[in-house]
Parts: sequence; structure tokens; C-alpha cells
Amino acid sequence: MESSHDAVRALARTRWRIAILLTAIMIAVYFGFIALIAFDKPLLATRIAPGLTLGILLGVCVIVVSWLLTWVYVWWANAHYDARVEALRQR
Amino acid sequence: MILALMQAAATTATRLGEPNRIAMGFFFAFIAVTLGITWWAARRTRTTEEFYAAGRTVSAGQNGFALAGDYMSAASFLGIAGLVSTTGFDGLIYSTGWLVGWPVVLFLIAEPLRNLGRYTFADVVAARLRQTPVRIAAALGTLATVLLYLIAQMVGAGGLIRLMFGIPYEQAVIVVGIAMLAYVLFGGMIATTWVQIVKAGLLLGGALLLALMVLWRFDMNPAALFAAAAERYGDAVLVPGRLVSNPLDAFSLGMALMFGTAGLPHILMRFYTVPDARAARRSVFYATGLIGFFYLMTFVLGFGAMVLVGPDTIRGVDPGGNMAAPLLAEMLGGTPLLGFIAAVAFATILAVVAGLTLSGAAALSHDLWVNVVRHAHADAKEQLRVARAATVLLGIAAILLGITFKGQNVAFMVSLAFAIAASGNFPALVLSIFWRRCTTAGAVASMVVGTAATLALIWSSPTIQVEVLGRTEAWFPLKNPALITIPLSFAVGIVVSLLTLDAARADTAILDRQMLLGRRAASE
Repeated sequence: MESSHDAVRALARTRWRIAILLTAIMIAVYFGFIALIAFDKPLLATRIAPGLTLGILLGVCVIVVSWLLTWVYVWWANAHYDARVEALRQR
Repeated sequence: MILALMQAAATTATRLGEPNRIAMGFFFAFIAVTLGITWWAARRTRTTEEFYAAGRTVSAGQNGFALAGDYMSAASFLGIAGLVSTTGFDGLIYSTGWLVGWPVVLFLIAEPLRNLGRYTFADVVAARLRQTPVRIAAALGTLATVLLYLIAQMVGAGGLIRLMFGIPYEQAVIVVGIAMLAYVLFGGMIATTWVQIVKAGLLLGGALLLALMVLWRFDMNPAALFAAAAERYGDAVLVPGRLVSNPLDAFSLGMALMFGTAGLPHILMRFYTVPDARAARRSVFYATGLIGFFYLMTFVLGFGAMVLVGPDTIRGVDPGGNMAAPLLAEMLGGTPLLGFIAAVAFATILAVVAGLTLSGAAALSHDLWVNVVRHAHADAKEQLRVARAATVLLGIAAILLGITFKGQNVAFMVSLAFAIAASGNFPALVLSIFWRRCTTAGAVASMVVGTAATLALIWSSPTIQVEVLGRTEAWFPLKNPALITIPLSFAVGIVVSLLTLDAARADTAILDRQMLLGRRAASE
């Protein structure tokens, strides 16, 4: 059976991987948006509905993605991470 | 033609800048309520844990509102609405940039910070390392961030209040300074937290009310509002404009905003007010929701002001566009609504300044006095006395700085504060939490080089050389140095850590446990 310290380190690694993955997605989404603004303004000017350009829609999407990513993390932490933390506390 | 006439009429009709009885009424009501809260909180503030961390009794929901309150400054409310009302789409670049830092705070910082530290982020960096050098470097980073942020807020407050209430600048600065000092000095973190919650409720409520009143006129359809704006001021208002002309500048600003949030001392301090890491996590989730919602509403407000008030009228009142939201309020609801929104903007500044002062006082007293000067041998009474003395010192400094920088262009100071937070504080925090090989010398070098390089490059940038000093060109091309200074600070921290060794290492096994399980579980 693994030692208590190994179990702590394994859990730390799992949390670190999830944290890095979600941070990387956030960076990609936000800087992707900025890159489009910098390099492809005509694309963002595309009309998708009267009064609504792709640029405005994508900007709102960046905000929505931020919400979704925090929700995903909190869901994962509540559903999986907390149980493992609790198990480690008991040992 | 008719439009121009209407706008001219609007310019003369505004009551902005005249002493406004309703605004004064709302404002004094806010002061009365918050001083009542402070009186209530003062009787519950007897220990340092209560003074700095509200006794760790703040719930996740309350802290979510308080975090949002600390973060939604008058600059973002008035500034983004103003930017949108005069340029359209470009304001959205700031709205998104100011939000995307929050998921980063959640994923990387909030929980380890709560588990490892007690009052300041230096607690966390110093947890594995030698106390004295780390505390000094972290306190300098904290004070640099807090003072720059304070200058921007105080100068903004003075100007704003003069513009909205007609009170002289110096008087306004002193009123803000004294009210804020009362909250922090007597009520500590308990009062500061509740002031933030009340303010966040008022600001979100006020912005929601204005946004709904705008949308009501456009069949509750934002696209109809955007279409009306495009019809009047051209399709250019719906697409990226001149704000991002240089891609490197845009990336650099984006990096400062994204990683700066995770290094702001007054934000980080909030995670110590909740009972445990789980509550810290949930509070960021709530804060991200509230702040994102707020920025979406300011976008609607900006377009509302563009269509209903008009960019020329807005620029006529304040060339920076900052009065777009108050003018919109006056247009939609007359003097009463103008008074309400003006009072909300004032309350916003007061609350942000209080949070900043408390975190600066914690760096002075907890990091420098208690842990460096007294080597953690100060008794509880002395700690509390020093904390209050530091609060008074910072309050006086805030008032004096506000008066000294009167009339100066200080808009760049907020982005400078974010750049220092992102390059001085954030890398050392991440390295010390996630990298066991990080040494004292590495963390200190990262903080010192990150802060110093940021200051030096801002000084050499067009922001200071061209916009403030009026020279024709600057040696350093970027307006914000984060693109260079964040990687530099990480690189210095890593290289110096690899080249050095700490003689006496803290017990890694206990700290690993504490980071995941919290302080109590680790010591069992």
C-alpha cells in the first residue's frame, strides 16, 4: 500500500494537471480572441444577424467560456477532488 | 442636424456638476449605513485574525460579492461604459481582459493560498523558504502595487466627485480618505468586507436597472440596440477599431490583465476571510459570475449612452468619456437616477480604497514589523496596535498622494499596478506553490527583478515618455511591459533557484499535506 505522503503527492499532481489544462484553455481562448482582433478584423466584422457582428458574439463567448471553465473546475473539485482530500484526512 | 440640436440641448440640460441634493442624500445614506456596519464590526474586532481576516467567518457567497466589490472599480464601471459609448466594440476588449484573470485565480491560486497562508500572500511564498528576505521582497511588491492603485483611485475620486457633486478636489480626496480610514481602522476586515458587499449590491443593482431601462426601449433585444448604434454612427462601432493597432501591445496588455488579477494583494487577502479552501473555491466561482455579468451590462450601458445621449455630448462633459453612465442615468431617469448612480460611483471608490489600504497595512505590519523586525515574537496586542498604526499611515499617505497627483494623468497607474502584480507577485507565488525546487534566492530574485524591470520599462515606454512627459518617441516600444517582464520574472526565479540551495529546508512532506488538506489537518 502506498504511503500517505505518496498519496498526497499523487493528488497534488492530479490537481496540478487539471489546473494547467484549464488555464491553458483560458489562455488559448482569450489570446485567440485578441489575435483575431489584431490580425483579422474583416472576419470579426461579419454580420450574423442585424446589429450583431461575429466580433461582439465572440467577445461575449469569451465571457461565457470563463464562466463555463470555472464551473467545470468547481464541478470536478466538488465531485472528485474533495472526496479524495477527505479520504487523505481520515488516514 | 436635428440630432446635433438635440445633443446641444442635452449639453445645456445636464445637471451634472451642480450640487445635487438627491445624490447627496444617497451618498450620506451610504455613509450612515457603512459607519453603522463599522460600529457593529468594531465590537467584533479584537484579535489580529478578526482585523485581517474577519475571523475567517465570511461565507463563500458573501466573499464572492466582496471579491466582486473589490474588483469592480469606478474606473471599470465609468471607464468601460465611456469607452464603449465613444468607440463601440473596443470597450469589449477591456471587459474580457478584466474577466479572464478570474479563472486563473481559481485554478492556480485560491485554494493553495487559503491552505498555506494566514493574512498575506507573503505567508505563502515564505512557507517553504527563509522568512526575512522573502517577506521584505513581497512587502515591497505589495506596497508598490497598492500605492499605485491607490493613487489612481484617489485622483479618480477627486476628479469624479468634483465633476458630479461640484465639491472641490482636495475636499473630496479628504472625505474619501477619512471615511475609508474609519472603516478599516475600527472595523478591520469585517467592516471592509460588508462595505464591499453593500457596494457590490448597489453597483450591480444600479447597472442592471440602467441596462434594463436601455433595453426596454429596444424590445429587450441587445442586437436592436447595436443596430440602432450602427445606423447612427456607422458600422465601425460594431467592429474592432483603433484600440488594437499594434498586436504586441494588445498581447502585452492582455497578459498584464490576465495574470495581474492573480497577484493583486487586496484580492488575494480575501481568500483568508473564508473558513476553508472549499469556500475559497466557491467564492471565486460566484465572483467570476458576478463580474462577467457586470461587464456584459456595462457593454449594454455604453451602447445605450451612445444611442440615447450621443458621443459628442459625452465628450463635451468629459473628454475621457467617463461621464457616459451618469449622463445616461440622467437621460433615462432624470435627476433622481443621476443622483443614485453618482452616489454608487462614489461608494465604489470608497470601498475599493478601503480594501487596498487594509492589504497595504497587512504588508507593513504583518510582513515587515511582526515577521521581519520582531521575528514573529510580537504578542497579539502589539500586532493589533501595529496593524492600526500602519492603517493610519497608509490612510494619510493616500490623502497626500491624492492631493500631490492632482491633475496628473494617472490612468496608466492602474495598468502599471496590474503589470507589477503580474510580474512581481504572480510568478513567485506560482513558483513557490507548485515547484519544490524553488529556493529563497530564486523567489526573491523573481520578485525584485519582476518589480524593478516593470518600473524601468514603464518609465521608458510611450506611456510615460510620450503621453506624460510629452517627448516624441520612447526607447521601449510597448505601452505595457508584461509581455517581457512576466517571462523574465519566471526565468530569473527558475535559473536562480537552480543555481542556489537553501541550507535549512522546510519539511516538504508537511507542507505538501497542508497545501491540499489545510492547516489543521496537516498538524494533526
